[in-house]
Amino acid sequence: MKRRDFLKNTAVFVSGVSISLSALEFIDPKELLAANPKLRWGFLVNTYKCVGCGFCVKACKIENDIPLEAHVTRTWVERYVMTKSGETIRDCPNGALAGYTSKLLDENASGMRLVPDEEITQAFFVPKLCNQCSTPACVQVCPVGATYQTGDGVVLVDRKWCIGCGYCIMGCPYGVRFFHPIERVADKCTFCYHRISKGGNTACAQACPFGARQIGNLRDPNDPVAKAVMNERVGVLRSEYGTKPNVYYIGLNEEVR
Amino acid sequence: MVEQVAQMVVHGEAWTIKDLFVLPNEYVYWSIQIVMYPYMTGLVAGAFVLSSLYHVFNVEKLKEIARYALVFSFALLPVAMMPLMLHLQQPLRGIHVMMTPHFTSAISAFGIVFMTYACIVGAEIWFVYRKFFVESLLRLEAKSERSGFESLLLLIYRVIALGARDLSHKAIEADHKAVKLLAGIGIPVACFLHGYAGFIFGSVKANALWMTPLMPVIFICSAVVSGIALCIISYAIFMEIRKWAARRGKSFLLPDAVAHGEHAVDVDHLRSVQSHEVTMTAKYLLIFMTLAITLELLDIIFRGYTAVKSWDILRDVIYEHDFVKIFIMQYGIGNLLPFVILLLPGLTVRRAVLASLLVLFGVFMMRWNVVIGGQAFSLTFDGFMHYHLPIIPHDIETFKEGLLGALMVITTPFVIFYFLNMIIPAFMEDRDTH
Repeated sequence: MKRRDFLKNTAVFVSGVSISLSALEFIDPKELLAANPKLRWGFLVNTYKCVGCGFCVKACKIENDIPLEAHVTRTWVERYVMTKSGETIRDCPNGALAGYTSKLLDENASGMRLVPDEEITQAFFVPKLCNQCSTPACVQVCPVGATYQTGDGVVLVDRKWCIGCGYCIMGCPYGVRFFHPIERVADKCTFCYHRISKGGNTACAQACPFGARQIGNLRDPNDPVAKAVMNERVGVLRSEYGTKPNVYYIGLNEEVR
Repeated sequence: MVEQVAQMVVHGEAWTIKDLFVLPNEYVYWSIQIVMYPYMTGLVAGAFVLSSLYHVFNVEKLKEIARYALVFSFALLPVAMMPLMLHLQQPLRGIHVMMTPHFTSAISAFGIVFMTYACIVGAEIWFVYRKFFVESLLRLEAKSERSGFESLLLLIYRVIALGARDLSHKAIEADHKAVKLLAGIGIPVACFLHGYAGFIFGSVKANALWMTPLMPVIFICSAVVSGIALCIISYAIFMEIRKWAARRGKSFLLPDAVAHGEHAVDVDHLRSVQSHEVTMTAKYLLIFMTLAITLELLDIIFRGYTAVKSWDILRDVIYEHDFVKIFIMQYGIGNLLPFVILLLPGLTVRRAVLASLLVLFGVFMMRWNVVIGGQAFSLTFDGFMHYHLPIIPHDIETFKEGLLGALMVITTPFVIFYFLNMIIPAFMEDRDTH
């Protein structure tokens, strides 16, 4: 066989094989099994019920091996204080790991601040966690496909494949991502995927003494979360980014971003 | 447990100071190395565009600096990757970007664009220098006694000549054609290489400062500016070294003198070439500077005029927190001052070099203000993050993403160039090459 012919035949063979093999990619049996049209995880936060105890933050960190002393967290609780002068002051010291036990507002480098009780018009707490967006910006920007969306809508990170570039952290409009201080890869809330996919509850929802947090299946019309999303006036965070979040809030204020 | 508490510093915490309301996971995650990354790729792209001005558009005046710019661009190329490797939390997995690219991500294009560009620059250099390779090869082969250095050089030339020893008129003509074609393809690829670095930032919808379609264009213009400025400076400095070496007869600094004998290098001739090339290149620097400044100002004016929700915090960052960095250091010292210096009549080499130094500083500040400035405010628009560059490292992280890491990135291209220049003399004059 001539060298030219050999190269030609090789090229034809390789392209022929790769085209037929690529069909397997289209009908990956594992993917078919994983895609479950009857299940879409969603989350409901009732801000009226939250008292800012921080139990959810602690439970999450312990459950998911995020060191308690590290200043990053998969879920956190923000405090909002609005004054008569129209000012909104927010704080979230260490993600509210220790809960809010003082009236002093932590303004980081600007120090502590105390707003007199008579100045306050309203104050409330807002728990935050990953929104498991339907069109997640973090999945879009991951250069190696290490972060991905499961068939039931949860966004996960492959710790063995993440290169630690931080693009997903930059891409998330909600600031839920961070670098795990020990694993040194991107990390985020998974809705406790390891628990919910075995029929369990998320650590944060289980730890919440007041039922402010609830996980549920948005595709099941009898699910309490799906019902609340349908029947109550709920809102999502930062819809302007087009990420279609799946964490719904009851009692969401305009000031909450 | 107590000791552990003291040691558990998460990535970014060491150099971030939070003020007012900042989300718990927010830090300046993209630090000095991500400032260096677009800066270095900008220099690569800019140097290449400068060399293409001669090869494609036949700007004869830039003939000498063009060849130098091409070789220098090649020396800068591996360094464009360095800041990324120093920045990655898992540098050993960096290769995944090439192996399993996820094409919805702007960064995934890096492997492809970068390799394409490297091939084009490598091939162009090969065609430009092929005649020189073959001549050196024949000259060294003809020698009966070779020193260790010459033997090594011969081996290198044998490998890189790829067996193409044809020096007929027809073959040389074909080389010239190939150079022109490659330089022509190279311009859009160089622009893409850098424009896409701008796209990496411009497409982050979560970041109010970065998100603008102008970002890639601004990045390309400032890239060309910085590339030309660096070429002017380094060309002038290397010519200065060559003049010094020619006077003292230090031929180890003059690869072409090794090839053609001492007479090949003449001090007065060098001086006139240096002055001509530097002043001519400075004119092109002015043109691209005007373009870059116009676009950058357009961006700021447009943001202020449309004043969408994010403008409140951006105004605080631009006009208060980063005022000195943006208006004094970037626009004043980095743009206006060199602009005036270059426009004053009777431009000398020294003044052009001074202006180019200021321009390089200005472009660096622009990258800084984009990368660090974009992370200077919280996603909630309610607080600020101040970045403090780690100067004295106390662990590997503060070394990699600190002053020393950045200096390492800056110095490496010059080291590479020194060795590259031994094999591919960047200052060789016309008689040998295209």
